[in-house]
Amino acid sequence: MNYGTLDLNTVWFVIVGALFTGYVMLDGFDLGVGILHLFAAKKDEERRVFLNAIGPVWDGNEVWLVTGGGALFAAFPNVYATVFSGFYLAFMALLCALIFRAVAIEFRSKHASPRWRCFWDRSFAIGSLFSSLLIGVAMGNIAWGVPLDKNGEFAGGFLGMLHPYALLMGVTTVALFSMHGAIYLVLKTEGALQTQVRRWVNPLIITFILCYVIVSLATLLYVPHVTEAFRNEPWFFAIAVSVVLLIANIPREVNHGREFLAFLSSCGAMIGLMAIFGVGSYPNLVFSLPHPEYSLTAFNAASSRKTLGVMFTIALIGVPVVLAYSASIYWIFRGKVQLNKTSY
Amino acid sequence: MSILTLARLQFAFTAAFHYLYPPLSIGLGLLLVIVEGLWLATKKPLYHQMARFWTKVFALTFAIGVATGLVMEFEFGTNWATYSRYVGDVFGSALAAEGIFAFFLESGFLAVLLFGWDKVGPKVHFLAACMVAFGAHFSAIWIVVANSWMQTPAGFHIVGEGLKARAEITDFWAMVFNPSSMDRLAHTVFAAWQAGAWLMVSVGAFYLLRRRHRDFALASVKIGVVVALVGAILSLASGHHSAEGVAVNQPAKLAAFEGLWETGPRAPLHLFGWVDAANERTRGVALPGMLSWLAHGSADAPVTGLRDVPKDERPPVNFTFQLFHLMVAVGFAMIGLGLWTVWVWWRGRLDHSRLLLWLLTFSVLGPQIANQAGWWVAEVGRQPWIVYKLLRTSDALSKVVAANQIVASMIMFMSIYALLFAVFVFLLNEKIKHGPDEADLVPTGKLGTGLATGEGGAT
Repeated sequence: MNYGTLDLNTVWFVIVGALFTGYVMLDGFDLGVGILHLFAAKKDEERRVFLNAIGPVWDGNEVWLVTGGGALFAAFPNVYATVFSGFYLAFMALLCALIFRAVAIEFRSKHASPRWRCFWDRSFAIGSLFSSLLIGVAMGNIAWGVPLDKNGEFAGGFLGMLHPYALLMGVTTVALFSMHGAIYLVLKTEGALQTQVRRWVNPLIITFILCYVIVSLATLLYVPHVTEAFRNEPWFFAIAVSVVLLIANIPREVNHGREFLAFLSSCGAMIGLMAIFGVGSYPNLVFSLPHPEYSLTAFNAASSRKTLGVMFTIALIGVPVVLAYSASIYWIFRGKVQLNKTSY
Repeated sequence: MSILTLARLQFAFTAAFHYLYPPLSIGLGLLLVIVEGLWLATKKPLYHQMARFWTKVFALTFAIGVATGLVMEFEFGTNWATYSRYVGDVFGSALAAEGIFAFFLESGFLAVLLFGWDKVGPKVHFLAACMVAFGAHFSAIWIVVANSWMQTPAGFHIVGEGLKARAEITDFWAMVFNPSSMDRLAHTVFAAWQAGAWLMVSVGAFYLLRRRHRDFALASVKIGVVVALVGAILSLASGHHSAEGVAVNQPAKLAAFEGLWETGPRAPLHLFGWVDAANERTRGVALPGMLSWLAHGSADAPVTGLRDVPKDERPPVNFTFQLFHLMVAVGFAMIGLGLWTVWVWWRGRLDHSRLLLWLLTFSVLGPQIANQAGWWVAEVGRQPWIVYKLLRTSDALSKVVAANQIVASMIMFMSIYALLFAVFVFLLNEKIKHGPDEADLVPTGKLGTGLATGEGGAT
């Protein structure tokens, strides 16, 4: 497939970014529900409602990560190889957390013993918490920069990745996903449980806003290559402002009982945050610190133009179809959770 | 142990464990389509009850398949970074296509299949079953295409030298239809049908032995054994065709399958045996000339022996030989078991032949053993190459990963997978003991009303 003078490298930077944005926006609320699982739901039936709120969709949501990983492998194999081998232990821990999260949802309600349920409830919650934290830490490292050698191989260690900025990003991600999950739960619950869940929304919004402000300050002060991108293109600032406005809009919509709009606001904020992340990084996929010249970019780490073109065709055919039936599946499962015998 | 051995062990362990589940999803996916199709066509409540029961089993296998499959996708990068850089341009695009075309389809419609019983009509539910089965088959297509490219690379050229060398696509369709991909895909899918079908037969036979759920059990055995027997015969045909391809494209691998040392006509086919690789000898019972005839259609056709393969390009011979023969033996046994079952069925004595029912109860192990053995043969038989004749496995490792990291992650995966397997067996056993729900003989929600009024639409 020949796309003339189209800058396919940038196109794929955007597509990979969009896939990961889809992942955090969708699996973000699944993980958020998991983080709140032990705290916001105490009774067995409440916990079943939580699980069934994400029951039909979490699996499809996780596919965004699978496809994002596959697209990264295909479009930017050098980035895939460097990041996954370099962050070896971190990814193994993430996989462990995601496995426990996934099978806990499936296994928990299949057996009635309280100890069985307690074990899988904890697996679900801890798995979700650690997945969120590790995703945040990984993003923190990408934003901050990681040590690369001249062959583009990772030249650091595991503990070096746990620096304060990365941990701050980890905590921020946990706060963001919990907020997003709480809003999703307000959308999917009713009655007393909804009132109970609703009480979590405002404190979580405040926590997230605090984290957001601290991360922004830290970025301004200590991560010059990201702020530079914003200095060069002032209109990018509008994205940062709109994120704050969208988040401020959430309590307003919740108070008016417009739960779906509240959830959309939260989704919009997450898209904005990922856009900031992408704009701040472009064209770098992995920023190298202390040797910026070794950075892996959308241009020096990409597959051949031929492959990018073929895959762009695949994406043009596949993605609209995926979006169409994903939307219809969300439509089929719209409305409040009703427990029945096929539920988790 | 060297890092290479550790990385291979870890990958092999996680891949082997993962590969217990996708064949079940593919096979059960097809069977769900058949059962729901029968329900739509005949409106017999028994088929509704079967569909309900088998979707629950399907959900269980699918959940573990997804959880362990995510690991596989990450492990190309974590363990084999150099390989990933080398093949990313070719292999990565197949993997990405798998995500976009197969996984979204499978997981999206799975939601309707599992939780949509009361929300959609029977036709939409049937459509969901078709899409899930279609997605499961699609996922096999892309991963087998990618793996086949590693066996018989095509449609690419090598760019750069030394550390920077990598394969780039020149012809996408030549890559997809590389010499071994269609044969291997067919063989994989037919084997997967058997995995699902023999599971259904096993459970049905178990109930017949215990004299429980007779109608459900008989229907499960009958539907299961038809698919299983078709799958078994097609596995034999596609396996034979695949081996003919191996003879041409990967002679060292074929020689290892059969422990053949001397190049020449009238090459023998071993029924069983033992390979002494140090002395370059194979002992056992062999049919003279049979290998030449099977591989090239004539007993006088020469077959390449291992002595004509440089020593550092030979796969581990005895290991490959034994697992290959195990796979073939199990394959023939399954055909025999299938024919026997059909004969007993034809004579109307399915619930009387206790010996047969006992064998059928354990038949689920057959395809699993053969699938595992087949996968090992395919991968070990390609050694020492990771991409045949292009990249050695020893050169494909991640440069920055240390042995202790692999050991740590391997211990982690072994404990988690042991736990997962135990829970899987426990839950499957509970489901089977609990059996099909009598209440499912009366469809509920839109499924019930849809059939009663003769309308199957969604809305």
